[in-house]
Amino acid sequence: MKKILSKAFTADQDIEKLIGYLLRYGVITASLIVFIGGIIYLHQYQHSSIPAYHTFVGEQAGFTTISQIMSGVCSFNAKGIIQLGVLVLIATPILRIFFSLIGFILEKDRLYILITFVVLSVMMFSIFGGLKV
Amino acid sequence: MTIITFTLILLAGAYLAGLVGSLTGLGGGVVVIPLLTLVFHVDIRYAIGAALLASIANSSGAASAYIKEGITNIRLGMFLEIATTVGAVGGAIIAVYTPTNTIAILFGAILLFSAAMTLRKKNMEALTEGSKLSYKLKLNSSYPTKDGEVEYKLKNVGAGFSIMTLAGVLSGLLGIGSGALKVLAMDSAMHIPFKVSTTTSNFMIGVTAAASAVVYLQRGYMDPGIAFPVMLGVLGGAFTGSKLLTRMDPKVLKYIFCVAITFVAAEMIFNGYNHKF
Repeated sequence: MKKILSKAFTADQDIEKLIGYLLRYGVITASLIVFIGGIIYLHQYQHSSIPAYHTFVGEQAGFTTISQIMSGVCSFNAKGIIQLGVLVLIATPILRIFFSLIGFILEKDRLYILITFVVLSVMMFSIFGGLKV
Repeated sequence: MTIITFTLILLAGAYLAGLVGSLTGLGGGVVVIPLLTLVFHVDIRYAIGAALLASIANSSGAASAYIKEGITNIRLGMFLEIATTVGAVGGAIIAVYTPTNTIAILFGAILLFSAAMTLRKKNMEALTEGSKLSYKLKLNSSYPTKDGEVEYKLKNVGAGFSIMTLAGVLSGLLGIGSGALKVLAMDSAMHIPFKVSTTTSNFMIGVTAAASAVVYLQRGYMDPGIAFPVMLGVLGGAFTGSKLLTRMDPKVLKYIFCVAITFVAAEMIFNGYNHKF
């Protein structure tokens, strides 16, 4: 965080670089978690045949909320670990918007602070705004 | 079929999806949805969930490389994301009330039209004079080519913004990145050089997909057994694709784009007509 806020990071190109790193490490973290979960999953189910994916189970299958996913991870459940990776993956572009906002604030680019803030608000609305039907 | 076989085939298919997606700016969902629904007869809702993840992984994986090379126009992406995210949320809301078969046929028709437009019109040249709004919004920029840094300007900001909203709506409805429409908006409407359009499109897809992904995760569309090979495969493909892009002829890229877009269009119309969605 100290590095981000230092003056060296205020130039446009450095912010672009920072966003590039954020996307890369977010994706790498997500895929590492998913990889670990996937290996455990394959180990546990290696001889079973594929689930009936042609019928949709949806929410009853579990791991659709953060608390479900977290308790799955704590009990070392393979599916729970994979879903944590999925969460990290979804969070990466959202974090990217947040970092862009910091970047534009450091640049004192009022127009783009506003634009980024609007995008962030729309994202927050979709996460918390009761879109669950 | 055992889970291991299923996982390995899906992994290979997802790798191909990531490769094509990052080279064309279409996003990874394009190959993932037909592969899952037609080959494995997976319910379309699981396919949509997996396609969204593929889109985010593909976008973030490829975008990090493009940004480093300075091709992506971040301001333009940010500005147009207002349109795509609002559209994606709107799409997720109306998804409940709309028969997806109708939307799929319509979407296929739009894709075919845009493929024809792309073949006819070539936007390899950078504009030297931009519209008033493009200066006000600081959207004009430059990008590196073999012959050094090239400045480009853009126009028709309003038209581009409108097409982006439509791209967002379709993304929320069908769970794909709508990269084709994003490229169309930037390439045909705003007259941005093709490489900048594809990379900026790729950059934006992650955010657009994430806007509806949360909703779909809560609805249980994302199955771990499908999600993990899709995510890993698409990422591998996206990294390979982003390495290839800077070494490729833009003309070749255009043809890949057109073939891919026609394939998707036929797929969408066929499935929509047969009520497979």
